[in-house]
Amino acid sequence: MRLTLLLLYTGMALVTYLPRMLPLVLLSRIGLPLWLRRWLSYVPVAVLAALLLPSITMVDGRLFLVPSNKFLIVSLPTFLVAARTRSLVLTVSFGIITMFLFKVWFPG
Amino acid sequence: MDTRSFAHGVKSAVPIVLGYIPIGFAYGVIARGIGLTVPEATAMSILVYAGSAQFIATGLLAAGAGPMTIIATTFLVNLRHLLMSAALLPGLRHLSPKLLAVLSFGITDESFAVASLELENARNAGSFLLGLNLTSYVSWIASSAGGAWFGSLFPDTDRFGLDFALPAMFIALLIFQIREHRYWVVAILAGIASVGLALLLPGNWNIILATLVGATVGMVMER
Repeated sequence: MRLTLLLLYTGMALVTYLPRMLPLVLLSRIGLPLWLRRWLSYVPVAVLAALLLPSITMVDGRLFLVPSNKFLIVSLPTFLVAARTRSLVLTVSFGIITMFLFKVWFPG
Repeated sequence: MDTRSFAHGVKSAVPIVLGYIPIGFAYGVIARGIGLTVPEATAMSILVYAGSAQFIATGLLAAGAGPMTIIATTFLVNLRHLLMSAALLPGLRHLSPKLLAVLSFGITDESFAVASLELENARNAGSFLLGLNLTSYVSWIASSAGGAWFGSLFPDTDRFGLDFALPAMFIALLIFQIREHRYWVVAILAGIASVGLALLLPGNWNIILATLVGATVGMVMER
């Protein structure tokens, strides 16, 4: 176990635990303002998109928008499978198998 | 401690456990794939216990992000639990602060969903929630460890397409988050902003900045 990771996990644990704990323990009945609730409801979709798009369109810090970008190409049917099946396991399995086949057929 | 309510909580956790097993397993495989050891992958599940944040953290680690970026992103992603914690309060305010401090560790999207439905039918709210949360927590840890162990069996995972597991996971989670057209707009904006900022800025600040932009635009659009 690397010490740096343990420190990282401790930090992550703290910022995860506090929002879970503070309202229950400290406040009698808080009403979060509506704007904040709305803002928070968009955070997951925004962070997922912010992670995903660079990971499929960039290589080594540069844009890689070409047909030979396997990640970009395989992403397209994976989106469809996710939308049709609404299943995490099926989507990930499909993505992995399709990527595997792609690498077999188009090596390099 | 009310044993019957605890058992009621354990039983109510079954659908959560069925959901956690494949996701925890996938997390373990991916965490192993980006170079975490089995204990390292499992320790994150023990300490952090937050599915989507753990996937995002593995993505950030794989991208070489620093600890501050990862912690700040984790904070943003898990901030939504504030709402759930607050929403559970009316049914739990008779419990001691100490017990609440323990129970609140187990608030996840899934345990919250079950608790908000089933808590009023429980004879003893504290024991019920303890059974529910503990069962879910243990299943998350066990499936993470199992996935990481499974990942160890295949050293060269990229050849088998496993390097696409993380993007595929993000695609699925992203699609599940889309509730109406506005969420598409937020996703596309945040994605483009993230790529643009990644081209301009060093480090991984593009992810947090793009998230702030996307969520703010979504909120403003709702007005």
